[in-house]
Amino acid sequence: MHERAPWSLMMVLYLGIAILYIPIFVLIAYSFNASSLVSVWGGFSTAWYAQLLHNDQVLDAAWLSLRIGVVVSTGSVILGTLAAISLVRFRDFRGRLLLTGMVNAPLVMPEIITGITQLLLFVAMLHLLAWPHRGFTTIVIAHIAFCTAYVTITVRSRLQTADRSLEEAAMDLGSGPVRAFLDTTLPGIAPALASSWLLSFTLSLDDLVISSFVSGPGASTLPMVIFSKVKLGVSPDVNALASLIICAVGVCVVLAGYLMRRGARQRQLDAQMAET
Amino acid sequence: MSIRSGWLRKHGKWLIILPPLLYLFVFFLIPFAYAFRISLADTALHVPPYSDILSVTRDSHINLTLNLGNFKYLFADRVYGLAYLYSLKTAFFSTLICLAIGYPMAYAIARSSKSAQSILLLIIILPFWTSFLLRVYALEGIIRETGLLNSSLLWLGLIHEPLQIMRTTTAVYLGIIYSYLPFMVLPLFATLEKLDRSLLEAAADLGSPPWRAFIDITLPLSMPGVIAGSMLVFIPAIGEFVIPTLLGGPDNLMIGRVLWDEFFGNRDWPVASAVAIAFLVLLVGPIAVYQHYSTKQIEA
Repeated sequence: MHERAPWSLMMVLYLGIAILYIPIFVLIAYSFNASSLVSVWGGFSTAWYAQLLHNDQVLDAAWLSLRIGVVVSTGSVILGTLAAISLVRFRDFRGRLLLTGMVNAPLVMPEIITGITQLLLFVAMLHLLAWPHRGFTTIVIAHIAFCTAYVTITVRSRLQTADRSLEEAAMDLGSGPVRAFLDTTLPGIAPALASSWLLSFTLSLDDLVISSFVSGPGASTLPMVIFSKVKLGVSPDVNALASLIICAVGVCVVLAGYLMRRGARQRQLDAQMAET
Repeated sequence: MSIRSGWLRKHGKWLIILPPLLYLFVFFLIPFAYAFRISLADTALHVPPYSDILSVTRDSHINLTLNLGNFKYLFADRVYGLAYLYSLKTAFFSTLICLAIGYPMAYAIARSSKSAQSILLLIIILPFWTSFLLRVYALEGIIRETGLLNSSLLWLGLIHEPLQIMRTTTAVYLGIIYSYLPFMVLPLFATLEKLDRSLLEAAADLGSPPWRAFIDITLPLSMPGVIAGSMLVFIPAIGEFVIPTLLGGPDNLMIGRVLWDEFFGNRDWPVASAVAIAFLVLLVGPIAVYQHYSTKQIEA
């Protein structure tokens, strides 16, 4: 089957993983440092976490980021699923190439360009239509645009491998196409939808550059607050805040991975059942 | 009733296609066209701070005033050209180093057992989703003057005074490589995993040494992954803003930083738009290459 890679390659792999993780673990360890000098270990303490709970600026930003994240991931899962269905099920329609391009482009487009161009549009829209005011609404609109791209790609690859025989059977038995899709294919791709919801949530929670451009006065998301604190220098309460966000993102990603794997295993079992 | 259901059957698919198509068109594509328009406008002292390039005069003549001055300015002021070149250079070398580290990593994962593979992949994917800002901040904790790296080296007696890494070009490279390594490993793994092992066995049977088989078989077959991974590092690295700002010094003037300063510092929107549009034009080539190879990979 698989011939193991030579030990030198395995060394590079483990070294690479160590490089990726050591800074994160050191950050988390130092968030429990009692000393306010960031490089001197002064004993174990959770004081910096307690301090976060009394920092209104941080709490407001966290609440704003969470609200944005929930709206963005829900909106992106809906739009991204529709886009994935369009690309997989309708082989040719006018605008297919356009949709494919617009779904792939945000993945490689530097955020700074997306951010600037979207800000210019929002300013002009506000001028002409008196909507949207810069802040929560504009951040949500901008985030949905790039999260939809990620959702579409995840759901598209899942839909491509989905078995259509059940759906066809349902249609033969008199279900309409929408009904048949909702009853048979949708439960099958549900894990992919759940995991793309979680991934959109982490993308939205993490974004700094696009949010900084499209946001208005008074609306600072968590990454924006962290960025302004970090520019002033390393401070222990940022360590605590960063550790909390990293853990939240970690939980979301592991959960998303688990959902995808469980979905894959379920499909395997179904296939075995069908054969016997 | 039957008319309505007939209409639905014929045009119903547009109810599915239109929402995402219109949304991305209005909020992703139109902004680019709009930025292009503003890059041709003049700076103005009102809100929004740029002039209208289209105006209708009293005798209903449509007036189109195009101001190419912003683009001329980009060529006249050396700052922009140098920043473009510097960004390209930094992104290019970071991509090469990422490839040199990422290729053996992806290869080792592809050769692992299936159960080890899924764990190793999760380990690589986790930083991929973790915010750049926080990871760059974490890296700063390692490389700053009193950070873990310097204190370990001092403790080991390898150096006698701390190395100055922060605010140097080295820090920018370390930051980009550290942040973008997972973007290189994942597409490489995807192609290497699909590689047909029997080809390598055949080469070995015919007396080809392993390094020869690697150059003749593995490397050419993994080219789509090499290109996809390289583009996923190269393109965003050119526009990187967080890394040169937090880790670099005043010399590390990458285009993302110039753009940010032009916008927030100078508040010159037409020039900032012109910088963004010129930047985008430079990116069209690499993005087209990426799209070409990634669709190929999906079809394969």
